[in-house]
Amino acid sequence: MSQGVAITGMGIISAIGNNVAENYSALVEGRKGISRVDKIDTVHRDAIMVGEIDFTNAELESQLGLDSDNNYSRTALLGAVAAKQAIADAQITDITKYKTGLISATSVGGMDMTEKYYYQYLEDKKLQKYIDGHHAGDSTQKIAEQLGIEQSLVTTISTACSSAANAIMFGARLIKSGKLDRVVVGGADCLSKFTINGFKTLMILSDTYNTPFDENRKGLNLGEAAAFLVLESDKVVKAENKKVLGYVKGYGNANDAFHQTASSDNGDGATLAMEKALKVAGLEAKDIDYINAHGTATGNNDLSEGRAIIRVFGETPPDFSSTKAYTGHTLAAAGAIEAVYSLLALQHNEIFPNLNYKTQMKEFSIRPQTVLKKKELATVLSNSLGFGGNCSTVIFSKEA
Amino acid sequence: MRKVYIQSVGSVSAQKTFDNSEFLNEISDYNDTVILAVDPAYKDYIPPAAARRMAKGIKMGVVASKLALTDANLENVDAILTGTGMGCVIDSEKFVSAIIDNNEEYLTPTSFIQSTHNTVGGQIALGLGCKGYNFTYVHAGISFESAVLDAKMQLENEEANHILVGGVDELGDHTVKIHRLINHIKPEAVSLRNVLTSTSEGAVFSEGANFFVLSSEQNSNCYAELCDLKTFNTLNEQDVETAAKDFLKDNDLTINDIDLIVLGNNGDVKFDGYYNKLSNGLFSETPQVGYKHLCGEFNTASSFGFWLGAKILKSQSIPDIVRMNAVQAKNLKTILLYNQYRGENHSFILLKKC
Amino acid sequence: MSELKQELKEKIIEQLNLEDVSVEEIADNDALFGDGLGLDSIDALELIVMLDKDYGIKLSDPKEGRKIFESVEVMANYIAENRTK
Repeated sequence: MSQGVAITGMGIISAIGNNVAENYSALVEGRKGISRVDKIDTVHRDAIMVGEIDFTNAELESQLGLDSDNNYSRTALLGAVAAKQAIADAQITDITKYKTGLISATSVGGMDMTEKYYYQYLEDKKLQKYIDGHHAGDSTQKIAEQLGIEQSLVTTISTACSSAANAIMFGARLIKSGKLDRVVVGGADCLSKFTINGFKTLMILSDTYNTPFDENRKGLNLGEAAAFLVLESDKVVKAENKKVLGYVKGYGNANDAFHQTASSDNGDGATLAMEKALKVAGLEAKDIDYINAHGTATGNNDLSEGRAIIRVFGETPPDFSSTKAYTGHTLAAAGAIEAVYSLLALQHNEIFPNLNYKTQMKEFSIRPQTVLKKKELATVLSNSLGFGGNCSTVIFSKEA
Repeated sequence: MRKVYIQSVGSVSAQKTFDNSEFLNEISDYNDTVILAVDPAYKDYIPPAAARRMAKGIKMGVVASKLALTDANLENVDAILTGTGMGCVIDSEKFVSAIIDNNEEYLTPTSFIQSTHNTVGGQIALGLGCKGYNFTYVHAGISFESAVLDAKMQLENEEANHILVGGVDELGDHTVKIHRLINHIKPEAVSLRNVLTSTSEGAVFSEGANFFVLSSEQNSNCYAELCDLKTFNTLNEQDVETAAKDFLKDNDLTINDIDLIVLGNNGDVKFDGYYNKLSNGLFSETPQVGYKHLCGEFNTASSFGFWLGAKILKSQSIPDIVRMNAVQAKNLKTILLYNQYRGENHSFILLKKC
Repeated sequence: MSELKQELKEKIIEQLNLEDVSVEEIADNDALFGDGLGLDSIDALELIVMLDKDYGIKLSDPKEGRKIFESVEVMANYIAENRTK
């Protein structure tokens, strides 16, 4: 377990851009991708805002060159687009040259088609092709096929909103232990009526732009996205003379074991996850230059996470911000898109602003970074916290 | 690297496996296309306040995990790893149909919350107060194997000493209904003794939960050593034998070292060819056992195969009901397991007597 | 009012799957949350939907629910005053 885990490629599609460059310019220009929902016919249209990707399914299918008889869910489409970008970015032309696996993450899976055709399946034979596309592993199998990953280790993680962070973590461990030379890791989730209505019943959807870490925050905006990273072993990096974007330096997962959906008041799980990640990285709290917070803008998350940050970093933590105001909360994909943002922060030595912040939270005195800040960055810590008490932290670094 | 042992088992299945003092002593026969798990007395294991929101899969998972903990004589573990191919389908169905039937109005949160894939893992953690690492793998036929692989790596690399690992899937009415439409379920009722030799397409669908404590320590309760595990997203029928040989070679073994092979045949004529390659080819002289006629097919049915292998090694006996050929086992030291579902997501597991 | 209280108790038991609780066991002034009946924040959300669906009372902030759902007595009074159906 002594190997470094290099990141040599990344791909992303989100509400603020269809690739890494577009996402980066939106981040520095403070341009958010939040709007009224367009592609889903929901009675809640005027009551919620979302981070929706502009492309229709048909447009994504044609980008991927799929036949009309394909049975891709939107999750699979988004995932395949982002994963292919990551492979291209890593300049991989022969995927079979090294032992390559894929660890993806999703919570919605093929639910978009299931909810659309739920009863129609019983009558319309043409639609039945989507039945087998419902389960979470289906999108991953399709992404593997798109990348040409065969006869290999391919699996899917679903731990709600921390899923993609956990995919990165498992991938990093597979590289460290020598099980794989190269692994594509990330996650994908499309918007669905299922999640819109689900979060609506929890009464944590904001009717306007989400405002992370603000005293008057009203809840989250859901978003859709996919992002993937290519992780490679030292051996591959050396042999191929690869350009390295950064390293997965540390990681930690812990369970809050407090409540099925809510985080504990003092952020026990998040505290443990951050502490574990620092330990794996061999770093101390003071070594972290920027925290990309989970910061969903729900009353519960931001308070619990804020307190956890104070527990780990003290009353004057490093600069922190949540990028959820840009993209919405992209559920299982969040850990992956924020990994891309963490790497962009490292590459450009920039901290992206926590948009829409106005009022200091009264429970503590820490406040997020609200304007773009130039600063030499060596390490970024990213949090992803989810239902079922699932708390994850990944630390990215410039140097191995 | 440290060795990894199966320290304990806990099973809820279509057979009365929740009583771990028995080993398939009495068989629940059926003549059907879908079979249900035999219910333990859930109330003996789950307090009513906790059970009131739980669908069957969550209950089965919680009970199987408690059985495994009791068998291992442990109060808690360092990590909880769950595999589930379809997740919590009962609550998913409930919430989707409520959305459609009520046109998105008057929806309540419980079924949405419970539908999340990591509900079982989260509930087990909540019940135990286990703040450790908690992952849920959701990759069809290798969901359970992915969880086992993760656990094995953590134990080998000294990141944990005791890990609860399991596979769980439940049946949902609508899911069954639509899977009949696409011929994943057998068109005609089949009996337990005939399912593996059936000549029709599809499988007998079922449900269940099998949990295990995997440990880096060996004690007197130990069932087996978990030597190796490998998964493949794709594999052609003609490559199965090579994959099996390579897997054994990685472990410095040959065909002759395998005392027993545990196969995941489910009686689907379309896909049992993969198993036939091994049973009629490389392993034709090896004692063979099957299990899906007992537990039915579900994405994590291979966790029942894992249970079977562990029980055989510990008890040093093979129940007649699982035998698939007449070759008698001379030794019961090394067992190979192979499973796939619908031609995808293949897995090999190697167990040794401890 | 006693009819409404009876109705509420039945609905609470049914909606929240309190299988082992009977109507007789819930006293009008028993605390529903915490040490009383042991309900939690998910139950509060369930009850908010019940208020909307059965009595036409819309709550936008879950925190309001906590006060209204203090006991069957408090709930019944609130519903009697505010119901639109």
